[in-house]
Amino acid sequence: MQVDEATVRRIARLARIRITDEEAKALEGELSGILAWVEQLGEVNTDNVPPMTRVADMKLKMRADEVTDGNKVDDILANAPMTEDHYFVVPKVVE
Amino acid sequence: MTDLTKLTLAEARDGLLARKFSAVELTRAFIEAIDTANPHLNTYVLATPEHALAQAKASDDRLAKGKARPLEGLPLGNKDLFCTNGIRTTACSRILGDFKPTYESTVGQNLWDAGAVMLGKLNNDEFAMGSSNETSAFGPVVNPWRRTRNGTVDNTKLVPGGSSGGSSAAVSADLCLGATATDTGGSIRQPAALTGTVGIKPTYGRCSRWGIVAFASSLDQAGPIAKTVRDAAILLRHMAGPDAKDSTCVDLPVPDYEAEIARGVKGLRIGVPKEYRVDGMSAEADALWQKGIQWLKDAGATIHDISLPHTKYALPAYYIVAPAECSSNLARYDGVRYGLRLPGKDLIDTYEATRAAGFGKEVKRRVLIGTYVLSAGYYDAYYLKAQKVRTLIKRDFDNAWSNVDVVLTPTTPSPAFGFGEKAGDPIAMYLEDIFTVTVNMAGLPGISVPAGLSGEGTPMGLQLIGKPFDEGTLFRAAQVIENAAGRFPVPSRWWA
Repeated sequence: MQVDEATVRRIARLARIRITDEEAKALEGELSGILAWVEQLGEVNTDNVPPMTRVADMKLKMRADEVTDGNKVDDILANAPMTEDHYFVVPKVVE
Repeated sequence: MTDLTKLTLAEARDGLLARKFSAVELTRAFIEAIDTANPHLNTYVLATPEHALAQAKASDDRLAKGKARPLEGLPLGNKDLFCTNGIRTTACSRILGDFKPTYESTVGQNLWDAGAVMLGKLNNDEFAMGSSNETSAFGPVVNPWRRTRNGTVDNTKLVPGGSSGGSSAAVSADLCLGATATDTGGSIRQPAALTGTVGIKPTYGRCSRWGIVAFASSLDQAGPIAKTVRDAAILLRHMAGPDAKDSTCVDLPVPDYEAEIARGVKGLRIGVPKEYRVDGMSAEADALWQKGIQWLKDAGATIHDISLPHTKYALPAYYIVAPAECSSNLARYDGVRYGLRLPGKDLIDTYEATRAAGFGKEVKRRVLIGTYVLSAGYYDAYYLKAQKVRTLIKRDFDNAWSNVDVVLTPTTPSPAFGFGEKAGDPIAMYLEDIFTVTVNMAGLPGISVPAGLSGEGTPMGLQLIGKPFDEGTLFRAAQVIENAAGRFPVPSRWWA
C-alpha cells in the first residue's frame, strides 16, 4: 500500500497532530513501508475465522447498577491546564 | 557491613525478618546507589527518597512489632507508566507534563499494601512504545552491561531493551530489589533478556490494568522484573489479583508461586517450535536454545518438536492491532483535562499544536498508522483481519497444549545493541519483538530467564511460554534453567 503525502496530511488531521512539510515527507515513506510489510497478512486464509475477543473463555464481570464513586470534582480538575469555577476552559467553540 | 544492594529480594526479606539490618538501612543503601548511578545510567526519571524513607520507617515499626507483611520494607522501582498518587507520572512523554495522579494503580497499591517501599519512577520508552528505551522524553537508559572483546571492555553504550528499560537496567545495576514493568509486545521479557534479569509477562487478565497508562488495551499486562526466578515469583504473587476496577482482570485466586518453584520439571512436556528458527537469529541464540533443551531434559522433562504455523504473522498483525488501539487510547491527550497545552486560535488548533509538541516521533508514527487502519473503509481490511489472525495464532497454541505443557524459545534473536543502531529503521526495531509478540497476541504468560553470555560478553535469555493462568509451571521450568545456567550479575560497576 503506497501512502501519498495528501493521505498523510488527511490522516494527521484526523489524528489531530500538526505535522511539518518535512515530517509529512518522511512519514510518506515510513507509513508506506510499514503498510507494505503488514500486507503479508493477505496470505492467511481467515474465511470463517472469528476475530479474537478474549484469551480465556470467561464471562465479563457484572455488578449492581449503583453509584460507587463520585463527588471528586477537585481531583478531576487538579491537573487541568486551565479551569474556572469548577469547569475546564477551552477556546471558544461556538461563535 | 556487606553491600545490601547486592541482596536478592528473598535474601533481603529474610534479613529484615531476622533483624540483621533495618528497612531504613536497606532503603538508604539504595538511595545512595541511585544517587551515584543515575547520572550515568538514567534509570530513574524521578527518585522519591523521602517517600521511600517514610515507608521504610513505617516498615521498621511493623517489623519491631512482629507485624510484617509479605514484602515488608523491600525497596522497589516503579515504571513511570504506573500512576502514583500525588507523585508525578509521565509515561516518559512530554504530553503528560507534570501530571500528578490523584489515585494509585491497583498493581502499585497491592505492592504497597504488602509492605513494599517505592524508591522512585523508572524510565521507559514513551508510552511504552519502543524496544530500546531510546524514545523516552527523558533520554535513553544505559545498559549496565558492556561488550567485552578479547578481554578488552568496549565502552560503547548499549541499550537495556524496552520499553521497560529503566526497570531492567535498575534491577541489573542493583538500584532496587525488583521493579514493576509492563509488556505489550515484549516490553518485560526483551529488556530482561538484554540485562541478565528475570521478567515475566503474566496471562492477560492476571494483573489489573487499572491506573496504568494505556497503550494497547487488549495486549497490555503488568509484571515484575527481578534478579532471580524466586524474586519474580514473590513479586508477581503480590502484584496480581482480582480487581473490580478492571473488568478484564480475572476473578481467580493467585497461587503461592514461590512454593511452586521447588517442584522441578520431572515429567513436564517441553515443546520446541520449529517456526522460531528464523533467518537472522544469531548462531549463539540457537546454541543457547539447545543448551536450554538439554538442561530441561537433564532435569527430567521430555522434549517434543511442535509446530506453531502462524508464528510469522504475529508481528505484522501486532503492528495493526497495537497502533490501532494506541491511536484510540492516546486520543485523550487533548490539552484540556491534564498535561501539556499549547495555545491555538480555536479548539482544533489547540489540539493539533498540543499533540504535535507533546508526542515524540515514534508515538506520532504509531498514532498515524492506527488512525489510518481504523479510518473509514479500512477497518475490515486491517484491524478485523489482524484480530482474525490472532485467533489462528491462539489456535496454534491451543493445539500444542494437547501435547506439551510449556514451550521453550529464545527471548530475542540477538543480544543488546548500541545506541542508534536500530533507530533509523522502524521495522528493524520492531523485529526485536519477533519471539515475544506471539505471546501477547495469544494472551498467554511468558517468562524470560537469563541463560548465558553472547560472544560479546553480554547476557542472553530463554523464553518459556505457558498455558493460560499457568504461571506456576513457568516458574518451575525457569528455576531449572537458572539452577543450570547460574545467575548473571553485572561484572563491573563502572559507573560507581
